[in-house]
Amino acid sequence: MILHQFRYDLLAFFRNRQLRFFTAVLPVVFLVIFVSVFGNRSLGHGVKASTYYVPGLAALGVVSGSFLNLVISVTAQRESGVLKRRRATPVPPSALIAGRALAAIVVALFVMAVLLIIGRFAFGVTLAASSLPSVTVTGVVGAMSFSCLAYALSTAIKDADAAQPMVQAIMLPLYFISGVFVPNVNLPHRLRDVAAVFPVQHLADGLHRAFGPTTHGAGFAWADLGVLVAWGAAGLVIALRRFAWTPSARAA
Amino acid sequence: MSDAVIEVRGLRKSYGAHEAVAGIDLDVRRGDVFAFLGPNGAGKTTTVEILEGFRSRSAGDVRVLGIDPADAGPAWRNRVGCVLQESAVEPGLTVRECLALYAGYYERPRDIDETIALVGLDEKVDAPGEHLSGGQRRRLDVGLALIGDPELIFLDEPTTGFDPSARRQAWSVIAGLRELGKTVFLTTHYMDEAEHLADRIAVIAGGRMVAAGTSRALGGREQMPARISFALPEGVDPEELPLPATMDGDRVAIEEAHPLSAVKTLADWALARGVDLPDLDVRRPSLEDVYLHLTGGPA
Repeated sequence: MILHQFRYDLLAFFRNRQLRFFTAVLPVVFLVIFVSVFGNRSLGHGVKASTYYVPGLAALGVVSGSFLNLVISVTAQRESGVLKRRRATPVPPSALIAGRALAAIVVALFVMAVLLIIGRFAFGVTLAASSLPSVTVTGVVGAMSFSCLAYALSTAIKDADAAQPMVQAIMLPLYFISGVFVPNVNLPHRLRDVAAVFPVQHLADGLHRAFGPTTHGAGFAWADLGVLVAWGAAGLVIALRRFAWTPSARAA
Repeated sequence: MSDAVIEVRGLRKSYGAHEAVAGIDLDVRRGDVFAFLGPNGAGKTTTVEILEGFRSRSAGDVRVLGIDPADAGPAWRNRVGCVLQESAVEPGLTVRECLALYAGYYERPRDIDETIALVGLDEKVDAPGEHLSGGQRRRLDVGLALIGDPELIFLDEPTTGFDPSARRQAWSVIAGLRELGKTVFLTTHYMDEAEHLADRIAVIAGGRMVAAGTSRALGGREQMPARISFALPEGVDPEELPLPATMDGDRVAIEEAHPLSAVKTLADWALARGVDLPDLDVRRPSLEDVYLHLTGGPA
């Protein structure tokens, strides 16, 4: 049942122009722009900026593929009555949610993979084979956590049109202070302290670690993964308490 | 198996001090097309959503297919189909994919192509749901409610906002449900829709049932007097008429339980007096008259 739902949710995702653009195309555009403009600068310690941007923007890809994708589609499906109609059928609610979340996680990993492949072949940013497990695990954990957070945030948005701007308003500042758009060594301490609270930086750091030229072996960033899991768990608790199937009450 | 598909006794639903449903009783029998008729805000959707298991109730007993919908699980949902008042198409899916998705939710789904044919969307099987017209979307909604092969189908205002041709198309699909032997519970604020489709009609206004019965007998319509009216012939004083009459402008109106003999009396009198009865009209109260009377004014 979960796989049945997953298949159709994935199909629906690939047919949706808005979701395709914001979750899959935009991260690629960011990658190309940032690496083309800043990629050849040196960040010191012999690290080229492109080595820094590829994993950072891969983190953005994961967030877009899971979080943005889910907040937009779940809010829209709830407000348009699609979720309510599905609840009028015998399908278990857990299958609907798991199927949709699985589709988001697959999309997130797909976007991450595309970014890494572009990074490898267009910009020569290689990933050691030994780091592959840690990149994959970080991507999966990140996508799962951000999926839970997406379900939590969707409960706070009452209007489908507000979902996209709301996510961007939350995420753009976090991308800036979390080492996605700007290497965070360049940021004031106070901003880095703020960023350390939120999950974006930990996802980006987890991926940076795996790519780092100084990394030997697996490059798992356990502390970062722990923070991601904690955020995901918090999101899950909120989602379980507040998730609604029916459209927000309007003056009827 | 019991003949009663829906049994409601003393149903109440309050929102704060406002009582949206103020104590209603309903009985719907297997195979009936039942119309729940009332103006906007009368409590129709509140009631149907309680019957569908979407809303809680404040008081009363409700049994739908023998089960309280408030505790209904997947086994009950397998036997019930819902066409909600507002529900968008599944984004990104074609008509066939949409039905295939929903077929997967049920234990014993109907055949997908047969269901598409039943709701008349054969030409649109591969069209994305977003490209369908309002009437076609509604037919897809009916197809989705039907795909699990339910015994009972709820239709909440299935044609609100439709142009006449889309309404006719939706009506023929709903009439087809009767042929399949389904029990249908329909809400509407269109009196002609209820009269066209339903075996039995209940009228709700202000959260209370004001009448129930077949469309012929609704609100005592069978017993109501017919109204005979004509223009007052020139030179005739209303006092001269052989039957008690009231004046409505320059028209004479006579209310009569047995209009045939009254018309004979009038005709004999007019022929003897040598006058005509211009624009003679004999009319039973229409369902619309009864409905407007019951619901206290134009809906």
